[in-house]
Amino acid sequence: MPPRSDRPAPYRRPYWNTQPDYRYDPYGSTQLRAPTQPLIALPQSLSEVTGPTFGPEFVRAGDNDLTVGNGGEPIGERMLVTGRVLDENGRPVPNALIEIWQANAAGRYTHRRDQHDAPLDPHFSGEGRTITDANGHYQCKTIKPGAYPWRNHHNAWRPQHIHFSLFGNAYATRLVTQMYFPGDPLLAYDPIFQCVPDEKARNRLIAGFDWETTSPEYALGYRFDIVLRGRDATPME
Amino acid sequence: MLYATASQTVGPYLHIGLSGLNCADLTADAPELAGQRIVIEGRVLDGRGEPVPDGMVEIWQANPAGRYRHPDDARDVPLAPGFTGFGRVPTEADGAFRFVTVKPGAVPGIDGRPQAPHIMVSVFMRGLVKHVATRMYFPDEGEANSADAVLSLVPAERIGTLVARSDGPQRYRWDIVLQGAAETVF
Repeated sequence: MPPRSDRPAPYRRPYWNTQPDYRYDPYGSTQLRAPTQPLIALPQSLSEVTGPTFGPEFVRAGDNDLTVGNGGEPIGERMLVTGRVLDENGRPVPNALIEIWQANAAGRYTHRRDQHDAPLDPHFSGEGRTITDANGHYQCKTIKPGAYPWRNHHNAWRPQHIHFSLFGNAYATRLVTQMYFPGDPLLAYDPIFQCVPDEKARNRLIAGFDWETTSPEYALGYRFDIVLRGRDATPME
Repeated sequence: MLYATASQTVGPYLHIGLSGLNCADLTADAPELAGQRIVIEGRVLDGRGEPVPDGMVEIWQANPAGRYRHPDDARDVPLAPGFTGFGRVPTEADGAFRFVTVKPGAVPGIDGRPQAPHIMVSVFMRGLVKHVATRMYFPDEGEANSADAVLSLVPAERIGTLVARSDGPQRYRWDIVLQGAAETVF
């Protein structure tokens, strides 16, 4: 029987401990912003299983190249980030819009609220966009972001990271996350990274260094695959 | 089976990467859109009642005929040219957000019966390790709200947090409260 047109299959609930809880006291900003009342799980109607769709027309050529600055190349270690966007059933998610943003190589954001005493780079805005192809692949070119201090606790430093925002196929698959780097000693001390309870789930936020993506005499390559919620049931065939 | 990637906060500098899709007026590219224009205004407030000046609000809604622009909504209901149903704005220094849109039509729930008209809302900010998701309902839909399957899951004393206030003709006010007795249902 085909699925009813007014009730497509719902998306899976998160697996135990693979997603952070809202309240995580070591990350101080959660204390006044995390919901305190019981959460209410919604049945997934058309409102939840639909969502905004963005085609390739939302991405211009060069949007995935953060090294194209204002008339010059940004300072820093050039790198390529590539990966696939899959759903929990292992199927590629094509046409997944990805927005990314990051600090420059010195650990400074091009943002008026960032007052860290590190130089701005006139050739680096730190913002890019791309969309997955038919196989769920994406690639971006950028420079490796620097670590930077923040005021969460004494001598707090964020590990190097890149922010990723994705729309999957549904309102229910919306995801914002951060990509980290292998071997970063700051990960162990970072409450934002550590807020994910499950160690394996946490470590999946760390990109892998990737020889195949590394471009000889040009740029190091990293691989970061992203998994969006998948459908709970597939129609009978 | 794979597990969905863990969510992480957008942090304080979200505007760098997330301004490109800003859309405060969902009707701007839909000049022939039927239905009355409405304005939705509100503020995002933290656990002390202080405004959240560094957040972002996204909305998703059906068109006035009750159809979502999405391949999984294959019902025989007309789409509205130029109307995507998606909006996104950063919160202002006083925590304020504002959308111009149209009132959505009714969309069926999982039991096939119509849901009360509603707008899907997601809120992102520093201090939220994952976004909060909720719905905004309309104050002039009392009967439909009473019969709504989702609102029926909400304790009676909290339903009011999901229903906007009328603020003049075609204007609605709706605050998003992150914590406390008046906390919005997420």
